[in-house]
Order: sequence, then structure tokens, then C-alpha cells
Amino acid sequence: MKEYKPRYVNTVTKYVFVESPDMTPADLAIRAYEISQGVMIKETCFGLQITGKSEDVDRIIHLLREFDPAHIFVKDRGFPPGDPRRCRANLGGARPGYYGHEFEISLIRHISKGIEELPGRAADQPVHPPEPAGPARLDAKKLQKIIESQES
Amino acid sequence: MAKVFIYPTTSLILSDLVARFGHQPLSAALKIRELIQTPGLESPPLQITPEDPKKGLKYAAVEVPSGVRGRMSLYGPMIEEAEAAIIIHDADFSFGCMGCARANELIQFLLRKRDIPLLDLRYPRTDEEGIEFVAAIRKFLQDLPGGGT
Repeated sequence: MKEYKPRYVNTVTKYVFVESPDMTPADLAIRAYEISQGVMIKETCFGLQITGKSEDVDRIIHLLREFDPAHIFVKDRGFPPGDPRRCRANLGGARPGYYGHEFEISLIRHISKGIEELPGRAADQPVHPPEPAGPARLDAKKLQKIIESQES
Repeated sequence: MAKVFIYPTTSLILSDLVARFGHQPLSAALKIRELIQTPGLESPPLQITPEDPKKGLKYAAVEVPSGVRGRMSLYGPMIEEAEAAIIIHDADFSFGCMGCARANELIQFLLRKRDIPLLDLRYPRTDEEGIEFVAAIRKFLQDLPGGGT
């Protein structure tokens, strides 16, 4: 076993996703470069990865969010950008975790709609969130009908 | 500000909404970052060493596969730390390091056993569901200690 010397110690990395009709990842990157002071910014196809000290990253994200609050989404990342253990350049395929993002980005327009509608909604208005379905069991009567339809 | 465990722990939507409404999301990335930034012996890709499945013994028995125990060494302390949790039930198994059905069952069991406020949801499929989804999360987070915005 080799000794492990971590890179970018005491930094945080955050993903910034943009899924907006008014702003592209390139637009967001240009604005981020304008306000990045000593923070590493990597432009990607979906938005940005920002690496730096926690308070600097939070400050930049706070400013970026203001450009399009309902369409910019942020989450933490464990690895720094370009890490050979995760970067697709080394793996020869999509980065692990990409599929989860791909799935959620396909639904994110509904979340954006929810965020946009939220200010017009009274705080005490009852909520009816999408509830999880119960276990998908085949109803006995339905099974009987299937059997009968096959027999007849 | 409350610490809110999110499930799937790699969820972009939950991570963003919890932080947006003024609380701290407990996601997998925080623990992975901790491992990645700690010097020691090289153990790629996630720096999970043979010591970690031993830590997982606190949450799962020794005959349980080491993959479950390794995952529990990450998620177990976060579950203990959590003051609330939001669970989305119809997440796909391909969610990065959430891809272990037994570990996922154990995570949900431990969350329910802790008797903390829980919000059970599924992903929205329409704009109307999206509005209710976001409103439900806001209401849940506002009712937690420390409020939220």
C-alpha cells in the first residue's frame, strides 16, 4: 500500500447546475469567472464545479443563484474536479453519479415550477405532495380475471 | 438550522431544496469529502479502508456483506447526527453509491427507528406535483427547530 496524500485539503467542491430557458452553462461560467477570487471554477456541460474555501464558494454561489433563482441548483461534491478516480477522462465512460444527475435533471423543470409558484402560495395552505405508492402486488381478483381470460 | 438527512443521499433536488430553505443537508458527498481529504494509506477509489466495514459493525451484523457495512460506516454516523429526514421512495438504483438495496433498506429502517420528523415523498411527474412537492418540503422544513426560510 502506498501513502495517500490528499489534494485540495480543507476545500469544498460544489456542483452548480443550470437548467434554464434564459441562461446557458457558458453564460453562468462567464459570470462566475467575473466574481471568482482565488476560487477554482470548472465549466461543464450542465453548469459549473466550484472548488475553494467554504466561505468563498458559498459567497459565489449566493451571487450566482440571484441570476436565475428558480433554475440554478447546487449540491456538494466529495471529489475535486478532474480527480483521476472519478473523472470520465480516466474511466472511459460516464462519471459514477452522472446517471443520478441525469435522472433528476429530467424532472427538475417541475421543481423549478414549484419554486416559482411558492411566493404566491399562503404559508398555511394545505399541501398534497406526491405520496409513495404502496408495494406493487397483483390483486387476487385481477389475477383470477387474467386466468379466466386465458382459459376461455 | 437543523441537520436533515436526505435519501437518496446523492440527490441534487433534495440537497438544493434543504439548503435553499435554510437547513443543512446531510448528503453522501460530505462523508466522501472527509475520507478523500484525510491522509493515510491509498485505498482507491473512495479511500474506504478495511477499517470502515468494522465501523459498520455498529449498524449491521458481521454476517452482513462488507459492502453494506462499508456503506453504513458512511451513512450510520449521519443518521445518528440527523435531526430530520426526507425520503424519496422511487429513486432509481443507479444513484451512484446508493446502489445497494439491502443497505438502502437498513438506512430507512434506522431512520424510522430514530423517531425523528420524516417526510416521505416520491418524485414529481407533473408541474402540479412539482408545486406540491416543493411546498411540502418547505412546510416540513419550516416546522423543524430553527425554522428555515
